[in-house]
Amino acid sequence: MAKIFIYPTTSLILSDLVARYGHTPLSSATAVRERVQTAGIESVPLQITPEEPKKGLRWAAVEVPSGVRGRMALYGPMIEACDAAIVIEDADFAFGCMGCARTNELVKYLIREKNVPRLDLDYPKNEDEGTRFVAAIRRFLADLGGTK
Amino acid sequence: MTEYVPAGAGTVTKYIVVESPTVTPAELAIRAYEVSHGLIIKETCFGLAINGKEEEVNGLIARLRAMDPDHIFVKDRGFPPGDPRRCRANLGGARPGFHGIEYETTILPYVSHGLEELRSRDPGSIPAPKNPLETKKLDVYMLKKLIEAQEP
Repeated sequence: MAKIFIYPTTSLILSDLVARYGHTPLSSATAVRERVQTAGIESVPLQITPEEPKKGLRWAAVEVPSGVRGRMALYGPMIEACDAAIVIEDADFAFGCMGCARTNELVKYLIREKNVPRLDLDYPKNEDEGTRFVAAIRRFLADLGGTK
Repeated sequence: MTEYVPAGAGTVTKYIVVESPTVTPAELAIRAYEVSHGLIIKETCFGLAINGKEEEVNGLIARLRAMDPDHIFVKDRGFPPGDPRRCRANLGGARPGFHGIEYETTILPYVSHGLEELRSRDPGSIPAPKNPLETKKLDVYMLKKLIEAQEP
Protein backbone atom coordinates (compact mmCIF):
# COMPACT_ATOMS: atom_id res chain seq x y z
CA MET A 1 0.00 0.00 0.00
CA ALA A 2 1.63 3.23 -1.17
CA LYS A 3 1.02 6.76 0.07
CA ILE A 4 -0.32 8.84 -2.80
CA PHE A 5 -0.24 12.64 -2.65
CA ILE A 6 -3.30 14.01 -4.41
CA TYR A 7 -3.66 17.44 -5.94
CA PRO A 8 -6.11 19.16 -5.41
CA THR A 9 -5.56 17.98 -1.86
CA THR A 10 -9.29 18.24 -1.15
CA SER A 11 -10.36 16.22 -4.21
CA LEU A 12 -13.23 13.82 -3.58
CA ILE A 13 -12.66 11.97 -6.86
CA LEU A 14 -8.93 11.36 -6.36
CA SER A 15 -9.33 10.53 -2.68
CA ASP A 16 -11.99 7.94 -3.50
CA LEU A 17 -10.21 6.33 -6.46
CA VAL A 18 -6.88 6.04 -4.62
CA ALA A 19 -8.55 4.36 -1.62
CA ARG A 20 -10.76 2.24 -3.89
CA TYR A 21 -7.69 0.79 -5.63
CA GLY A 22 -5.95 -0.10 -2.39
CA HIS A 23 -3.66 2.82 -1.54
CA THR A 24 -3.60 5.63 1.04
CA PRO A 25 -4.54 9.10 -0.22
CA LEU A 26 -2.67 11.97 1.45
CA SER A 27 -5.25 14.75 1.55
CA SER A 28 -5.59 18.05 3.40
CA ALA A 29 -8.43 16.60 5.50
CA THR A 30 -6.06 14.24 7.31
CA ALA A 31 -3.60 17.10 7.96
CA VAL A 32 -6.40 19.33 9.29
CA ARG A 33 -7.73 16.45 11.40
CA GLU A 34 -4.34 16.10 13.11
CA ARG A 35 -4.52 19.73 14.20
CA VAL A 36 -8.20 19.71 15.12
CA GLN A 37 -7.62 16.68 17.36
CA THR A 38 -4.48 17.97 19.06
CA ALA A 39 -4.74 19.93 22.32
CA GLY A 40 -3.04 23.34 22.47
CA ILE A 41 -3.99 26.97 21.95
CA GLU A 42 -7.38 27.70 20.44
CA SER A 43 -6.97 29.11 16.96
CA VAL A 44 -10.21 28.94 14.99
CA PRO A 45 -11.23 27.87 12.46
CA LEU A 46 -8.50 25.45 11.31
CA GLN A 47 -6.29 25.33 14.42
CA ILE A 48 -3.46 26.86 12.41
CA THR A 49 -1.33 28.56 15.09
CA PRO A 50 1.60 30.99 14.69
CA GLU A 51 3.82 27.90 14.86
CA GLU A 52 2.73 26.68 11.40
CA PRO A 53 4.37 29.49 9.35
CA LYS A 54 7.58 28.73 11.28
CA LYS A 55 7.35 25.07 10.32
CA GLY A 56 6.69 26.16 6.73
CA LEU A 57 10.18 27.70 6.60
CA ARG A 58 11.41 24.22 5.75
CA TRP A 59 9.84 24.54 2.28
CA ALA A 60 9.54 28.29 1.68
CA ALA A 61 11.88 31.21 2.40
CA VAL A 62 11.20 33.77 5.12
CA GLU A 63 10.29 36.42 2.50
CA VAL A 64 7.43 34.25 1.30
CA PRO A 65 4.03 35.32 2.73
CA SER A 66 3.02 33.60 5.94
CA GLY A 67 -0.11 32.26 4.21
CA VAL A 68 2.07 30.17 1.90
CA ARG A 69 4.31 29.00 4.74
CA GLY A 70 1.30 28.14 6.91
CA ARG A 71 -0.21 26.07 4.14
CA MET A 72 3.13 24.38 3.49
CA ALA A 73 3.16 23.25 7.14
CA LEU A 74 0.18 21.09 6.13
CA TYR A 75 1.24 20.02 2.63
CA GLY A 76 5.04 19.82 3.06
CA PRO A 77 5.10 16.77 5.36
CA MET A 78 2.66 14.98 3.04
CA ILE A 79 4.88 15.66 0.00
CA GLU A 80 7.88 14.35 1.91
CA ALA A 81 5.97 11.21 2.95
CA CYS A 82 4.44 10.38 -0.42
CA ASP A 83 5.54 7.49 -2.65
CA ALA A 84 3.72 8.82 -5.74
CA ALA A 85 1.46 11.68 -6.77
CA ILE A 86 -1.61 12.28 -8.91
CA VAL A 87 -2.02 15.86 -10.09
CA ILE A 88 -5.05 17.37 -11.80
CA GLU A 89 -3.87 20.40 -13.71
CA ASP A 90 -7.14 22.18 -14.47
CA ALA A 91 -8.49 22.26 -10.91
CA ASP A 92 -9.69 25.86 -10.87
CA PHE A 93 -11.44 25.49 -7.51
CA ALA A 94 -8.04 24.95 -5.82
CA PHE A 95 -7.66 28.73 -6.05
CA GLY A 96 -10.42 30.70 -4.40
CA CYS A 97 -11.64 31.70 -0.96
CA MET A 98 -9.58 28.99 0.74
CA GLY A 99 -6.87 28.38 -1.87
CA CYS A 100 -3.60 30.05 -2.71
CA ALA A 101 -2.17 30.07 -6.24
CA ARG A 102 1.44 30.53 -5.08
CA THR A 103 1.15 27.59 -2.68
CA ASN A 104 -0.30 25.49 -5.49
CA GLU A 105 2.68 26.34 -7.71
CA LEU A 106 5.10 25.49 -4.91
CA VAL A 107 3.33 22.19 -4.21
CA LYS A 108 3.53 21.16 -7.88
CA TYR A 109 7.19 22.22 -8.03
CA LEU A 110 8.09 20.19 -4.92
CA ILE A 111 6.34 17.11 -6.36
CA ARG A 112 8.34 17.45 -9.59
CA GLU A 113 11.57 17.91 -7.62
CA LYS A 114 10.87 14.86 -5.47
CA ASN A 115 11.05 12.72 -8.60
CA VAL A 116 8.44 10.16 -7.55
CA PRO A 117 6.04 8.50 -10.03
CA ARG A 118 3.55 11.17 -11.05
CA LEU A 119 0.36 11.09 -13.07
CA ASP A 120 -0.78 14.38 -14.62
CA LEU A 121 -4.39 14.61 -15.72
CA ASP A 122 -7.19 17.01 -16.57
CA TYR A 123 -10.72 16.55 -15.28
CA PRO A 124 -12.82 14.50 -17.73
CA LYS A 125 -15.35 16.49 -19.75
CA ASN A 126 -17.41 13.62 -21.17
CA GLU A 127 -18.03 9.89 -20.65
CA ASP A 128 -15.23 8.77 -22.97
CA GLU A 129 -12.72 10.97 -21.15
CA GLY A 130 -14.15 9.66 -17.87
CA THR A 131 -13.30 6.09 -18.89
CA ARG A 132 -9.78 7.10 -19.89
CA PHE A 133 -9.38 9.07 -16.65
CA VAL A 134 -10.35 6.14 -14.42
CA ALA A 135 -8.35 3.62 -16.49
CA ALA A 136 -5.23 5.81 -16.31
CA ILE A 137 -5.49 6.10 -12.53
CA ARG A 138 -6.14 2.37 -12.17
CA ARG A 139 -3.11 1.48 -14.33
CA PHE A 140 -0.92 3.97 -12.46
CA LEU A 141 -1.94 2.59 -9.06
CA ALA A 142 -1.65 -1.03 -10.22
CA ASP A 143 1.96 -0.35 -11.26
CA LEU A 144 2.58 0.79 -7.67
CA GLY A 145 1.25 -2.51 -6.35
CA GLY A 146 -2.45 -1.83 -5.85
CA THR A 147 -5.55 -3.64 -7.12
CA LYS A 148 -5.16 -4.88 -10.69
CA MET B 1 -5.17 32.96 24.50
CA THR B 2 -7.63 30.18 25.25
CA GLU B 3 -6.70 26.60 25.94
CA TYR B 4 -7.99 24.22 23.27
CA VAL B 5 -9.28 20.82 24.32
CA PRO B 6 -10.26 18.74 21.28
CA ALA B 7 -13.51 16.81 21.21
CA GLY B 8 -13.68 13.37 19.61
CA ALA B 9 -9.93 12.75 19.61
CA GLY B 10 -8.97 9.44 17.99
CA THR B 11 -12.01 9.34 15.73
CA VAL B 12 -12.26 9.87 11.99
CA THR B 13 -14.92 11.61 9.94
CA LYS B 14 -15.69 10.63 6.38
CA TYR B 15 -18.03 12.03 3.78
CA ILE B 16 -20.09 9.73 1.62
CA VAL B 17 -21.22 11.46 -1.56
CA VAL B 18 -23.94 9.73 -3.54
CA GLU B 19 -24.53 10.59 -7.20
CA SER B 20 -26.80 7.73 -8.10
CA PRO B 21 -30.00 7.36 -10.13
CA THR B 22 -31.22 4.62 -7.76
CA VAL B 23 -30.00 5.55 -4.25
CA THR B 24 -30.80 8.81 -2.45
CA PRO B 25 -29.00 10.27 0.59
CA ALA B 26 -32.12 9.54 2.68
CA GLU B 27 -32.07 5.84 1.74
CA LEU B 28 -28.37 5.73 2.47
CA ALA B 29 -28.97 7.32 5.89
CA ILE B 30 -31.71 4.81 6.78
CA ARG B 31 -29.44 1.91 5.78
CA ALA B 32 -26.57 3.45 7.79
CA TYR B 33 -28.74 3.72 10.92
CA GLU B 34 -29.82 0.10 10.45
CA VAL B 35 -26.32 -1.38 10.32
CA SER B 36 -24.24 0.99 12.48
CA HIS B 37 -23.58 0.80 16.21
CA GLY B 38 -22.71 3.99 18.05
CA LEU B 39 -21.47 5.97 15.07
CA ILE B 40 -22.48 9.59 14.52
CA ILE B 41 -24.30 9.81 11.21
CA LYS B 42 -25.43 13.08 9.70
CA GLU B 43 -27.49 13.23 6.53
CA THR B 44 -26.59 16.03 4.13
CA CYS B 45 -27.94 17.15 0.77
CA PHE B 46 -25.23 15.21 -1.07
CA GLY B 47 -24.88 12.13 1.16
CA LEU B 48 -23.69 11.48 4.69
CA ALA B 49 -21.03 12.51 7.18
CA ILE B 50 -19.99 9.64 9.46
CA ASN B 51 -17.89 9.95 12.59
CA GLY B 52 -16.47 7.22 14.83
CA LYS B 53 -13.57 4.82 15.25
CA GLU B 54 -11.74 4.22 11.98
CA GLU B 55 -12.41 0.47 11.73
CA GLU B 56 -16.12 0.92 12.45
CA VAL B 57 -16.45 3.79 9.97
CA ASN B 58 -14.63 1.81 7.26
CA GLY B 59 -16.84 -1.23 7.96
CA LEU B 60 -19.99 0.85 7.60
CA ILE B 61 -18.71 2.48 4.41
CA ALA B 62 -18.00 -0.93 2.86
CA ARG B 63 -21.60 -2.00 3.57
CA LEU B 64 -23.07 1.25 2.24
CA ARG B 65 -20.89 1.23 -0.85
CA ALA B 66 -22.30 -2.19 -1.74
CA MET B 67 -25.67 -0.51 -2.43
CA ASP B 68 -24.28 1.14 -5.58
CA PRO B 69 -20.49 0.79 -5.77
CA ASP B 70 -19.93 2.86 -8.91
CA HIS B 71 -22.01 5.83 -7.75
CA ILE B 72 -20.98 6.20 -4.09
CA PHE B 73 -17.79 8.14 -3.35
CA VAL B 74 -15.92 8.63 -0.09
CA LYS B 75 -13.46 11.20 1.21
CA ASP B 76 -11.95 12.16 4.56
CA ARG B 77 -13.04 15.20 6.52
CA GLY B 78 -10.96 17.05 9.11
CA PHE B 79 -13.79 18.26 11.35
CA PRO B 80 -16.46 16.15 13.08
CA PRO B 81 -20.08 16.54 11.84
CA GLY B 82 -21.81 19.69 13.06
CA ASP B 83 -18.59 21.31 14.31
CA PRO B 84 -19.48 25.00 15.01
CA ARG B 85 -16.24 26.13 13.33
CA ARG B 86 -17.40 24.68 10.01
CA CYS B 87 -21.12 23.96 10.17
CA ARG B 88 -23.18 26.28 7.97
CA ALA B 89 -25.85 26.40 10.69
CA ASN B 90 -23.50 28.67 12.64
CA LEU B 91 -21.69 30.47 9.84
CA GLY B 92 -24.36 31.03 7.22
CA GLY B 93 -24.00 30.08 3.57
CA ALA B 94 -22.20 27.04 2.30
CA ARG B 95 -19.09 25.97 4.19
CA PRO B 96 -15.88 26.54 2.15
CA GLY B 97 -15.29 22.86 1.37
CA PHE B 98 -18.72 22.48 -0.20
CA HIS B 99 -17.70 24.38 -3.32
CA GLY B 100 -15.06 21.75 -4.16
CA ILE B 101 -17.58 18.95 -3.71
CA GLU B 102 -20.16 20.91 -5.71
CA TYR B 103 -17.72 21.27 -8.61
CA GLU B 104 -16.59 17.64 -8.55
CA THR B 105 -20.20 16.43 -8.32
CA THR B 106 -20.66 17.68 -11.90
CA ILE B 107 -17.82 15.34 -12.95
CA LEU B 108 -18.90 12.29 -10.93
CA PRO B 109 -21.24 10.93 -13.68
CA TYR B 110 -18.23 10.65 -16.04
CA VAL B 111 -16.17 8.91 -13.35
CA SER B 112 -19.07 6.57 -12.57
CA HIS B 113 -19.31 5.74 -16.27
CA GLY B 114 -15.59 4.96 -16.29
CA LEU B 115 -15.93 2.68 -13.26
CA GLU B 116 -18.82 0.82 -14.94
CA GLU B 117 -16.89 0.46 -18.19
CA LEU B 118 -13.88 -0.99 -16.40
CA ARG B 119 -16.01 -3.82 -15.04
CA SER B 120 -16.22 -5.26 -18.54
CA ARG B 121 -13.09 -3.87 -20.21
CA ASP B 122 -9.40 -4.35 -19.61
CA PRO B 123 -7.82 -1.04 -18.46
CA GLY B 124 -4.80 -1.83 -20.66
CA SER B 125 -6.99 -1.69 -23.77
CA ILE B 126 -8.18 1.86 -23.03
CA PRO B 127 -6.01 4.64 -24.47
CA ALA B 128 -4.29 7.05 -22.11
CA PRO B 129 -5.86 10.50 -21.65
CA LYS B 130 -4.15 13.53 -23.08
CA ASN B 131 -1.22 14.70 -20.96
CA PRO B 132 -2.09 18.26 -19.87
CA LEU B 133 1.59 19.18 -19.61
CA GLU B 134 2.03 18.56 -23.34
CA THR B 135 -0.69 21.06 -24.22
CA LYS B 136 0.87 23.86 -26.18
CA LYS B 137 0.48 27.20 -24.45
CA LEU B 138 -0.20 30.43 -26.27
CA ASP B 139 3.12 31.71 -27.55
CA VAL B 140 4.04 35.15 -26.16
CA TYR B 141 4.95 36.43 -29.64
CA MET B 142 1.60 35.24 -30.98
CA LEU B 143 -0.10 37.05 -28.07
CA LYS B 144 1.79 40.27 -28.93
CA LYS B 145 0.74 39.91 -32.54
CA LEU B 146 -2.89 39.46 -31.51
CA ILE B 147 -2.76 42.55 -29.28
CA GLU B 148 -1.22 44.65 -32.02
CA ALA B 149 -3.76 43.41 -34.55
CA GLN B 150 -6.62 44.87 -32.50
CA GLU B 151 -8.45 47.65 -34.20
CA PRO B 152 -8.27 51.03 -32.41
